[in-house]
Amino acid sequence: MIIKRLPKLKVIGLCLGLFGVNSAIAQDDPFAEYRAMMGDDNPAIFVSEEGADLWQAPNGPKQASFEQCDLGLGPGIVEGAYAQLPRYFADTQQVMDLESRLFYCMETLQGRSPEEARKKPYSSTGDMGTEIEALVTYIAEQSTGMPIALPQQHPLEIAAYEQGKSLFYYRAGPHDFSCATCHRQSDKRIRLQNLPNLTTNEGAGAAYSSWPAYRISQGLVRTMGWRMQSCGRQQRLPELQPGSEAVISLMTFMGVNAKGTEMAAPGLKR
Amino acid sequence: MKNAYFKLAVPLLISIALAACAKSPEPNSANKSNEPKSAEQIWRSSMKAKNHVGLDRITQTELQKACSNNSDIVANEAQRAVLQQQAMNSVAFPADGNYLGDWQRGEAIAGDGKGLQWNDNPNEPNGGNCYACHELSPKEVAYGTIGPSLKNYGMRGQSEAMLQYTWAKIWNPNAYTLCSHMPRFGDAGILTEQQLKDVMAYLLDPASPVNK
Ligand code: HEC
Ligand code: HEC
Repeated sequence: MIIKRLPKLKVIGLCLGLFGVNSAIAQDDPFAEYRAMMGDDNPAIFVSEEGADLWQAPNGPKQASFEQCDLGLGPGIVEGAYAQLPRYFADTQQVMDLESRLFYCMETLQGRSPEEARKKPYSSTGDMGTEIEALVTYIAEQSTGMPIALPQQHPLEIAAYEQGKSLFYYRAGPHDFSCATCHRQSDKRIRLQNLPNLTTNEGAGAAYSSWPAYRISQGLVRTMGWRMQSCGRQQRLPELQPGSEAVISLMTFMGVNAKGTEMAAPGLKR
Repeated sequence: MKNAYFKLAVPLLISIALAACAKSPEPNSANKSNEPKSAEQIWRSSMKAKNHVGLDRITQTELQKACSNNSDIVANEAQRAVLQQQAMNSVAFPADGNYLGDWQRGEAIAGDGKGLQWNDNPNEPNGGNCYACHELSPKEVAYGTIGPSLKNYGMRGQSEAMLQYTWAKIWNPNAYTLCSHMPRFGDAGILTEQQLKDVMAYLLDPASPVNK
């Protein structure tokens, strides 16, 4: 996979990386200062363009693009798809989120092995961005302004919500933490980081609509799946796998709670 | 009545649908089964051991299981009393009867958020991360608000009762508040006895910035 715009991205990433650290210390509102420097440009637009190219580019042993990939609204339909995921797919008889669906299309349409498809979904610090990050950014952007509307019709969609809820309250590990420890009350924070209450429409809406997001401090686009993996680590649990059933169920829980909020991704985060 | 009917009807519908789904064989069976999976099973199948953090972390203690709900209340009254008593019994008071260590070391522990995550070095001592949830010294503005402010905590004095309460609270907060959101720093082996003494001094020593 070739990422064409990387040099440009890297420079921006480095600048913002440095800048983000400084301003986070010096300023209450790093975004205000960021905007003063960058205008309203979100560097995620470059990642999104990259994603658009990757969507159309033939890839894998079958040299197929993603253009026949069904994200829930029919093969190749990207517009509005993100705002309705996770959802039930008849072809796999599963509820899937965007990342698990992309893995599925890599395997079935492009003929790539499950290992290759899942090799490196999320960047490490200092990386340039991954195929998944670019695709998710592009696809999410095609839902901008649309209300979050996860279907809750199929029994498995309803079951995924209920499972997500029980995972959300599941306490474990040496710290006894659950997602709820940090995300069930409003107006709380850890150190200086505000914690959204993911059980309310307002909190879940703000969170769900703003990922994937460009993280100023890391100079990278991050997906909601990455954010959850990082929260799982803070929860002192093992590594939460992208596209796994726990991720899908928790996303369903948050996405259904977020119902009606307008998508505003890619977002811009600290 | 309506509500009770609904509660029965939904799982029934789900299980009928699940049974229907299970008929046609599919290679990928992550979300399919005749019986809904338990939260523990889903976590297990969704996580991988990483570095020093294994899947055993997903197994719940009795306390964790009983507190895994959206009310933070153990529904069964008898169980509630048992769990609270167990939490109290779990507390190991300092062997030498000396509760207070060095507040300066305690300050570093209170601000250190590392420890027990898969990207932490298991050979380094764990932090207490008290600042993630508590205001302590007025000089540190980057404090969280999940727990109450502990500013001027030392004003409560150093009576034997106060020392014992504070020690037990940090050792296992469930001894006083069942289903607390605060970790069991002693009981779960997050902090050593010496670290606990240092943190105690940070809270209670009149010279500590917490009490300035
Ligand atoms: C120990 C604390 C902690 C736990 C446990 C935790 N999180 Fe988080 N979560 C955070 C912090 C800190 C942030 C970042 C807030 C920020 O950047 O301002 C965050 C952010 C998020 C966000 C993005 C919110 C936004 O608006 O950008 C989501 C979604 C999220 N968490 C989901 C979860 C889920 C699901 C779980 C459980 C699997 C979980 N979290 C467990 C601390 C936690
Ligand atoms: C994840 C959040 C969290 C962390 C980390 C945390 N606490 Fe707490 N703490 C709480 C909450 C919530 C309460 C109130 C509920 C309770 O009493 O259990 C509390 C209560 C307390 C109390 C009792 C306050 C009173 O008025 O009697 C003390 C003392 C205390 N914490 C000390 C500490 C110390 C010392 C540390 C670090 C070693 C620490 N806490 C870390 C969440 C936390």
